[in-house]
Amino acid sequence: MDPDAIVTLIISNAIFFLLAAVIIVCAILMVSSRNLVHSALFMVAVFIGIAGVYAMLSADFLAVAQVLIYVGAISVLLVNGVMLTRRADMKSSNPGNNHKLGAFLTAIGLFGVLTWKVLSTEWAASSAPPAETTAGQIADLLLGKYVVPFEAAAVLLLVAMAGAILLAKGADFKK
Amino acid sequence: MIGLPHFLILAAALFCIGFYCAVVKKNAIAVFMGIELMLNSANINLVAFNRFIAPDKLDGHVFAIFVMVVAAAEVAVGLALIVSIYRHRKSATVDDLNLMKW
Repeated sequence: MDPDAIVTLIISNAIFFLLAAVIIVCAILMVSSRNLVHSALFMVAVFIGIAGVYAMLSADFLAVAQVLIYVGAISVLLVNGVMLTRRADMKSSNPGNNHKLGAFLTAIGLFGVLTWKVLSTEWAASSAPPAETTAGQIADLLLGKYVVPFEAAAVLLLVAMAGAILLAKGADFKK
Repeated sequence: MIGLPHFLILAAALFCIGFYCAVVKKNAIAVFMGIELMLNSANINLVAFNRFIAPDKLDGHVFAIFVMVVAAAEVAVGLALIVSIYRHRKSATVDDLNLMKW
């Protein structure tokens, strides 16, 4: 193995474990934070870390879409929701219920089973190089093979938008 | 070498944290955050499988885009529901939403 390959290997390892640490630590802080606004901020950090993971997986279009949709739009929606439904004391706005132990054991058990199955499976990994850029190929798929789901997604977004406006505004059915 | 199992285990950990958040939290918006984490971990799985099993096709990326679309629609409708419920009942706590509980 030549030195350049070893350096690349070390760097990719370091980047992966850094991203994984950021994602997991921020997710745990998000769950354990007492303040709902802090939770939302940690959620944004998790989303940015996931965008980095997409970039590592050479999914350039998805990395950008993740930043735009999740970091830009969904987190703003959630923070707006927090502000619209806030209560007097923001400090304890994110309480837990009394299923903590059961939920914790279920989550740990699920993680154990998933990890065991992932490690015990022989994955049919392909050694083909990834695509240089993905946007053109995704466009071909979206407007070719997946054109019907694409149109259905457009209708779904329209219906969701109309439904959200109707629900939040309050419909007047007495006409 | 960073391979497929690394990404799958990262996604599994994220999914479990999201599950815990969705089950344990009282505030409906915190429950939504947990659901978002779970959807994101599913997306990591889709892209990782696409990268390591079939790198020459990009169907996994398209699936991930559809998951993002559905997540966006879900958050918009869900938050409108929560705001509407908050206006009527002055609470966004899921324990208070027991109107349909038998």
